[in-house]
Amino acid sequence: MDKMDKKEEVKGKQENKEKREKGEKDKEEKLKETEKIEEEKERKIVVPGEIVAHGFQFLPGDGTRREGPDILAMKFGLLEKNDRLVKIIPLSGAYLPRVGNTVIGRITDMNFNGWFVDILSPQEAFLPVSECFARINKADLAEVFDIGDMIVAKVKSIKSRNIDLTMRDHGLHKLSDGMIVKVNSSRVPRIIGREGSMVKIIKDETNCNITIGQNGVIWIKGNDIDDELLAKEAIEFIVEKPFIEGLTDTIKEFLVKKKEEMKREEKEKLKETEEKKKEK
Amino acid sequence: MAEKYKRTDGRAYDEMREIKAKAGVIKNADGSAMFSFGDSIAIAAVYGPRQLHPQHLQDPSKCLLRCTYDMLSFSVNERKKPGPSRRSTEISYVTGKALEPVLQLDAYPNTVIDVFISIIQADASTRCAGINAASIALANAGLPMSELVTAVSMGKVAGNILVDLSKDEEDYRGEKIKETTDIPVAYLPRSDKISLLQLDGRIKVAELREAIKAAKKACLKINEIQREALKKIKE
Repeated sequence: MDKMDKKEEVKGKQENKEKREKGEKDKEEKLKETEKIEEEKERKIVVPGEIVAHGFQFLPGDGTRREGPDILAMKFGLLEKNDRLVKIIPLSGAYLPRVGNTVIGRITDMNFNGWFVDILSPQEAFLPVSECFARINKADLAEVFDIGDMIVAKVKSIKSRNIDLTMRDHGLHKLSDGMIVKVNSSRVPRIIGREGSMVKIIKDETNCNITIGQNGVIWIKGNDIDDELLAKEAIEFIVEKPFIEGLTDTIKEFLVKKKEEMKREEKEKLKETEEKKKEK
Repeated sequence: MAEKYKRTDGRAYDEMREIKAKAGVIKNADGSAMFSFGDSIAIAAVYGPRQLHPQHLQDPSKCLLRCTYDMLSFSVNERKKPGPSRRSTEISYVTGKALEPVLQLDAYPNTVIDVFISIIQADASTRCAGINAASIALANAGLPMSELVTAVSMGKVAGNILVDLSKDEEDYRGEKIKETTDIPVAYLPRSDKISLLQLDGRIKVAELREAIKAAKKACLKINEIQREALKKIKE
């Protein structure tokens, strides 16, 4: 009898557990659904000169301007309303640096106390010797970075005339090998994904080391060229189709499919070579 | 006063030719657009803001807007000699002046925004098509603008005020009234301002007022098409 009771108890517990799990899943799904609805509601393409909000309860954010009670769009892009703040996420345009951004740039010139770096922004950036990570022989700056070298750096300050970079932070270094992909800087948030979810998928699936500059320059370093090319393809896929819903899942499927194809091709090649050997 | 005149393609006096607009036609440009009035087709490409060379042209208070209007050699019936001319230099200048009021040029000091307008097929009112295309292209390039600039050409043919002249109408000579007047107008629809008004020919003040009124009405329609062209880019 006791044993039976115990068994029933266990069963009951299991059922309860299942029910709880189901409940949680349902909750998650509902949350996802509400998120989707909100996104659809809040994201609309707007054109310069368009009235995007009316009333003094709203505050004009990036890419908008107040005129009387109306808030007008100043840029072409996606409209985002966060509570009271109205802002526009641009779909295109040059990279505008912000303090704290990690960027990847190319050394274009140097003078006696630093390097000029092209970070694809309207103005050229400057990296002073004092902000470089190593102790430097000032007589020969080219020993550290030469013209044409690519570096990962951080934006330290922006004054009216110049953008100053720094390399005194972890993860900032000179790039010596790997692959560079350039995309529009407005696509960078999509490639990173929510809390880095998208990059993580690409990193895990391709076994590549990926550094994304906020200026739209992406550095990929993998074990072999095929992995790097696969990561590049995935990034290009995101850039071309940034508006798809559930993009992270699509990318995962895309990568898995590509990997299978690659394996199949390898097998076929092996077979062919074996057959040729046999013929010989 | 006005002679009876039937438009060559049977349009009403206040009717424009078929308008087509498309954004993002040039892949390598930061922003681009195509705009056409009937057989007049303009494409515009925007590059920048980017570093300005030579350095003495740099302005530490604002960005330079550099417009280049060019009619390609195959755009007209008789081959046009390629390269800048007196006419294209003037149109480049007035196009820049027409676009400047909507741009927030002080946001990018020491830089330049290049706008290249190419007319790939010409059938009158090409400068208006060019301004319309450039306006879409500037928005497509993600530049801060207060609104889109819209332009249309007005005309007086045989004493009648017409909207959007074609080449045939521009060359038409009436039986008594032998002259035609050509009036390109660029209009800012939201702030209700005119940023370009040229006049080639003779016209009475009352008639000019009438023409501008008609131009504003036409511009509102064009503005709608420009917005749609930008919104369609999502697909």
